[in-house]
Amino acid sequence: MFDVGEKVMEAVSTRRGVAVDVRELRKEFRRKDVRRRGGKRTRVALDGVSFTLERGETVAILGQNGSGKSTLVRLLSTLLLPDGGSAVVFGHDVVSESRAVRRLVNRVSVEASFFKKMSAAENLGYAARYYGMTARQTKDRIPAILERVGFPSDRRNEPMENLSRGMQQKVALARALLTSPVLLLLDEPTTGLDPRSKLEVQEFIREIRSNHDSTILLCTHDLDEAEALAGRVGILDRGRLLALEPADDLRRRYDTPTLEEAFFAATGREFEAEEDEDDDREVFA
Amino acid sequence: MRALVSTMRAELVGAGGVVERNYYLTKRYIWWDVAWFVWTVANTLTIVFIAKGIEASGGTLDVNATMTTLLIGAVVWAYLGILFEFLMETVAWERWEGTIEYTFMAPLSRAMHLAGQGVFAILYGLVRATFLFCVCAFLFFNLEMPNAQYFPAFVVLLVASISFIGIGMMMSVLPLISPEKGTQLGFVAQGTLLVVSGVYYPVSVLPEWMQWIAKISPATYALDGIRGAILDGEGLSSMWDDIWPLLVIGVVSVPLGLWVFARGEQYAKKHGKLKRSG
Repeated sequence: MFDVGEKVMEAVSTRRGVAVDVRELRKEFRRKDVRRRGGKRTRVALDGVSFTLERGETVAILGQNGSGKSTLVRLLSTLLLPDGGSAVVFGHDVVSESRAVRRLVNRVSVEASFFKKMSAAENLGYAARYYGMTARQTKDRIPAILERVGFPSDRRNEPMENLSRGMQQKVALARALLTSPVLLLLDEPTTGLDPRSKLEVQEFIREIRSNHDSTILLCTHDLDEAEALAGRVGILDRGRLLALEPADDLRRRYDTPTLEEAFFAATGREFEAEEDEDDDREVFA
Repeated sequence: MRALVSTMRAELVGAGGVVERNYYLTKRYIWWDVAWFVWTVANTLTIVFIAKGIEASGGTLDVNATMTTLLIGAVVWAYLGILFEFLMETVAWERWEGTIEYTFMAPLSRAMHLAGQGVFAILYGLVRATFLFCVCAFLFFNLEMPNAQYFPAFVVLLVASISFIGIGMMMSVLPLISPEKGTQLGFVAQGTLLVVSGVYYPVSVLPEWMQWIAKISPATYALDGIRGAILDGEGLSSMWDDIWPLLVIGVVSVPLGLWVFARGEQYAKKHGKLKRSG
């Protein structure tokens, strides 16, 4: 049977300019309920989220812990299967064409995540092989990319465990860029960094934005970072995307002078305030 | 055609990346491996000494042959342990280090990912098993093996490794499903496989139902073939009875292992278990 909906969606997704097309995306998790014997609890991590990213665009998604930001990133990274809706990356469905999507995507998350006894060069080397890059191809490229992110060359062969968090996060950025992703997913890349490292990482994201053909989805709970780096800012609250527009438009729409107040107006609560339910949601989302 | 060659090349490079990563890790943790090797030697010695103990308590047996039989069982046990350990670490170690999400979102196919893990496990396991055999046989016990055919024994172990890797793939999905206890189940599989395969005794002494299970265990044919080569000097030509079942089990177990792993991965993706904290 000819499915008009699917054909239309495919046409929209593959049209020049659309990098990511997310429609009614839904994800829920079930966990054992310790309060009820044999019981299960279900939490909706993403509740019908829809948006599109244009090619080359940088979009920030703002949300508190447990709002569903990481779930969204993990769905686009093909690490989760959605319970409903669809996500298409450069014309490839994240479920049925997951390998094609994986070739196009890389990410940096809040935890740098490396084999800690191995050096930066070793960690980048084996990771590049997973993307089909030979030792000959990475021989010069790894030192060059580490230099670009401001990583000192004399520490290239030092175990990762000896490096500061800021240094590790720079190596994480280098790992992501090494594979030339056309979609870069940044999941709170500066959380927990000292102010200087944070500025350096943000500066590098700006450089990627201007010099690379990469579309960037930045999930953060840093309002200033979102406004400084992204062309459009989305508000994700309890799994629902309440808005996605330029920061100025958000302030105008909610008639507020700051983004923080716009967030409050959209969600009905303070940005930093987290309720008990959010702690609970964080485990799931 | 060109696209296919390019994909195949990328897959092989990716599998090489898994081998490369394990090489780095082994290099970095080499002293822990030495300590673990000492433990394996001690464990093997306790088993081989049983033959001497029986003789000392008045039992009549060919001590040299019995010790060699026990040694082969202990070495195969240790070898299987190394293979399963590496394959179980496919998930467990990556989860512990936090790299699991990066590995599973890479475009490398799961078959080549697991193949890379298996190739390194075999290479490393063969080196360790050879050292273990030599240290125990020649350094501690000075065992005499006048008829030993080492090359056929090596070939049998290599062919058996294909089946072991297939079974290991099935086991390696357990830490995905149960991050807390999945790894330990690998030891259950290792023990179960060897108990029915005549690791320290002939399969004929087992109850009939266990003998039936022994027929589908690759360890049965591996142990039989290696003992035939080392103790009786059997060459490759006379070992076909052990090699063809190993090939058949290998042909079945590897695709089955990949299928089981794929199902486990789907489950983990569905339930959000493919992440650091489980």
